[in-house]
Amino acid sequence: MTDKLLDVRDLAVSFRTDRGWIPAVDSVNFTLGEGDALGIVGESGSGKSVTALSLLRLHAERNTRIEGQVLWRGRDVLKLSRGQLQQLRGSEIAMVFQDPIHTLNPVLNIADQIGESLRIHQGMTGAAARRRAIELLDTVRIPDAARRVNDYPHQLSGGQRQRVMIAIAIACQPKLLIADEPTTALDVTVQAQIMELLRQLRADLGMSVILISHDLGLVSEFADRVMVMYAGQPIEMAPVDALFDLPLHPYSDGLISAIPDLDSDLDRLPTIAGSIPEPTRRPAGCRFAPRCPHQKADCRNTVLPMLEAGGGRAVRCTLHVTDKRAVA
Amino acid sequence: MTETIVSVRNLTRTFVQGGAGGKQLLKAVEDVSFDIRRGETLGLVGESGSGKSTIGKVLVGALPPSEGTVDLFGTRITPQSRDRAWKPLRHRVQFVFQDPHAALNPRMRVGQSIAEPLEVKGGMSRADRHARVEELMELVGLPPNFLDRFPHEFSGGQRQRIVIARALALNPDFVICDEAVASLDVSMQAQIINLLKDLQDRMGLSYLFIAHDLAVVRAASHRIAVLYAGQVVELAQRSDLYQRPLHPYTRALLDAVPRARKRQRPPVLGGEVPSLLNKPRGCNFSTRCPLATEHCRQVEPALREVEGRQVACHLV
Amino acid sequence: MTDATHGVGAATPGPARVSTNSPMRLALRRLMRHRSFRVGLVMLLLIVLLAWAAPWITNGTPNATSVRVRFTPPSLDYPFGTDNFGRDLWTRVVYGARVSLWIGFTVALLSAFFGGIIGVCAAWFRRLDSLLMRIMDALMAFPAILLAIGVSAVLGPQLSSVIIALTSAYIPRCARMVRASALVIREQDYVEAARISGASSLRIILRHILPNCLAPLLVTLTFVFAYAILAEATLSFLGIGTPPPHASWGNIVAQGRDFAVEAWWIMLFPGLAISISALSINLMGDGLRDVLDPRLKIEG
Repeated sequence: MTDKLLDVRDLAVSFRTDRGWIPAVDSVNFTLGEGDALGIVGESGSGKSVTALSLLRLHAERNTRIEGQVLWRGRDVLKLSRGQLQQLRGSEIAMVFQDPIHTLNPVLNIADQIGESLRIHQGMTGAAARRRAIELLDTVRIPDAARRVNDYPHQLSGGQRQRVMIAIAIACQPKLLIADEPTTALDVTVQAQIMELLRQLRADLGMSVILISHDLGLVSEFADRVMVMYAGQPIEMAPVDALFDLPLHPYSDGLISAIPDLDSDLDRLPTIAGSIPEPTRRPAGCRFAPRCPHQKADCRNTVLPMLEAGGGRAVRCTLHVTDKRAVA
Repeated sequence: MTETIVSVRNLTRTFVQGGAGGKQLLKAVEDVSFDIRRGETLGLVGESGSGKSTIGKVLVGALPPSEGTVDLFGTRITPQSRDRAWKPLRHRVQFVFQDPHAALNPRMRVGQSIAEPLEVKGGMSRADRHARVEELMELVGLPPNFLDRFPHEFSGGQRQRIVIARALALNPDFVICDEAVASLDVSMQAQIINLLKDLQDRMGLSYLFIAHDLAVVRAASHRIAVLYAGQVVELAQRSDLYQRPLHPYTRALLDAVPRARKRQRPPVLGGEVPSLLNKPRGCNFSTRCPLATEHCRQVEPALREVEGRQVACHLV
Repeated sequence: MTDATHGVGAATPGPARVSTNSPMRLALRRLMRHRSFRVGLVMLLLIVLLAWAAPWITNGTPNATSVRVRFTPPSLDYPFGTDNFGRDLWTRVVYGARVSLWIGFTVALLSAFFGGIIGVCAAWFRRLDSLLMRIMDALMAFPAILLAIGVSAVLGPQLSSVIIALTSAYIPRCARMVRASALVIREQDYVEAARISGASSLRIILRHILPNCLAPLLVTLTFVFAYAILAEATLSFLGIGTPPPHASWGNIVAQGRDFAVEAWWIMLFPGLAISISALSINLMGDGLRDVLDPRLKIEG
């Protein structure tokens, strides 16, 4: 593996509600090298987005507790001052969210919105920032960039707005792009366009990318490695192909087979019984145990770490792992 | 062949856009025709702006058609039909919504929600209603003792089961599922699709299954109509459509579905769905079609019968 | 049938039981944990308690004059002092609370009732909308005080004119509030579902729209309550509110105005009473708003 760009250790996040602190995510460990593409997959309540937002401390600070370490090139993001954090956000690590209509300011035109981060992080002046904004629109393949740069968000289609968001994100040539469900609000054909764009940008700019999605298919087309999360924990980490060849965790297995198949006329779909436990009602031992077809007697009360599974894989389950060593 | 229960002919639905000043006519659905037989599921696939939800709303009586006719169990709905025409149809046509959070009144116990259609129809004692609600809960796989709970106490998948139970309360023949699984997690989607199919087998239901997700539609439907910019571009048996899509748009839509282990990455379809206020002159898809010719850009293709299916493309 | 026992069922096994987790009850439970709501509630309850217990904790005769004790400063005998007629101000302020609370409560209730009906009708029957809302606009264009002067001119200065005037001033606010939430709710899928089932307008309004409008209306009402108390005081201060010799906080302050320097207590205590009750109700309103605001819900 290349140099570690990002090293997340024992990340745990909880939120304050009027019923006290509620754990959202725990035991998150992963590393990311330069140029890596990591996919984080999970269903609602799995904690995938919470994890992503914590990397940049984007939660409301008053009501959030983040523990563990997020080492960005050796420095702990969780310990940075506000100023240092500001420096990091946007310039070294950038983010793209699901719904561009809520992340773009409706009263500013595209040039101003792209220019903002250029002015903040690179001290560019108006005219230079504008030129760069047009360049960036070209990069994200918005046709007729010199004219569209004066448009306001409502004049763009959903796909174009997401392209603008990506242009803003890559404006300062970040080392890492975190894309949180970037195509969920888009049509299938537009989704394919956006993913193609991200793929090209990653190659051209040499960025690392963390792609967060509920769609295992989408992630598998893009990422090299996948981290599957369930009920607030990573439960399997594996190279994409290996994961699909033999999912080691019964949940990953269930998730893969539950994707409706485009290649056969199945009349009954395989399902995972039950539903995801709420954060306050997570089982004590293995959190998937109550739904697991392979559960054994001690699954419900043994808390497992991620176990080494060979081939760069790790899994929080003993089903396919004989030599039970925790990942270092 | 079993009886045809829904027959849509040349359905067009227009909306007037913009207030003072320039009013424009937006054709959300244009000249759409299809049939649905008893016990059959017709999938309706399309991206945003394809008009798929508008068709669903017309078929349930929430919107009148602008042109064309809809025959439901022999009752004809025309643009002139009044609300009264729907009265005998109300209990035979039901609707399952996309977002189970918005589809249930948060202040009513789920049992009350399920019972509402029964109360509206009348002619049932309180005890009979209660028994029927319990029966419905069981039918959709929920324990009857949950009926005194409120919607917020259920997960998304369970709520969708409740919405389905309410839709089935009056023993309908035809249920329109508008993106019924789109807001659910993958593992819940499969459960709900299986449930819908079980119910179809047991009760002989017909479905109009509206979705944007081709994989989901394949799992749920017998025949599938692909919509683009308000028109049907291809209508075929499920296996035909997926194994050998004829219309270039259908093909592009299939190629765009992300899937694991897609060895060869097909070319990405460029462009976006044209504005319904400003449709292109010839074929609606000609602006994005990789195969489009000058003829395509000038002349609108008609939907015609090709190899046992219907396709609207000059090139097939 | 496999998944039914999870999620909801897993944590609460056992026989059928009526759920106690109605949204109303949940909101109530959250309210009781809300600090400023609790403070406001305790303050208001205290005021209500004093008003109720008036005959036993005061001399019971708010209008009894006694020339010998005019302008007595606060003392053990007269905790709030006496006024220019020698009336015990403690007694008058406590009895004044009855007037203020009665007016606040009645005005809130009446404007909620009429405003609610108008708002829902405007939202549901779209053809009535512009007519109803223009009438509301017209009502709102009159300052409450002018309205009150008009009403008292017609009906004479009495408690009911104050109530009628204030109610007509606050109906438009409630109507707008209810109309705004009803417009959102009528687009909800559950309303569509009811319509698809053939439910009548009346049924949809009563079962779906109104219950879901109550929360924002309740928040508005607390503010109407507080405003009404303040407005009554203002009207009485101007001499067109509660007619003397009835004690109301507003007219006590008004009387004290002439003696503000030498007998400061006449204005101070009713003034404090007005502020404290308005504050308590506003605190409760803030709590209600916090609890009923759907944006506060945290998703996992």
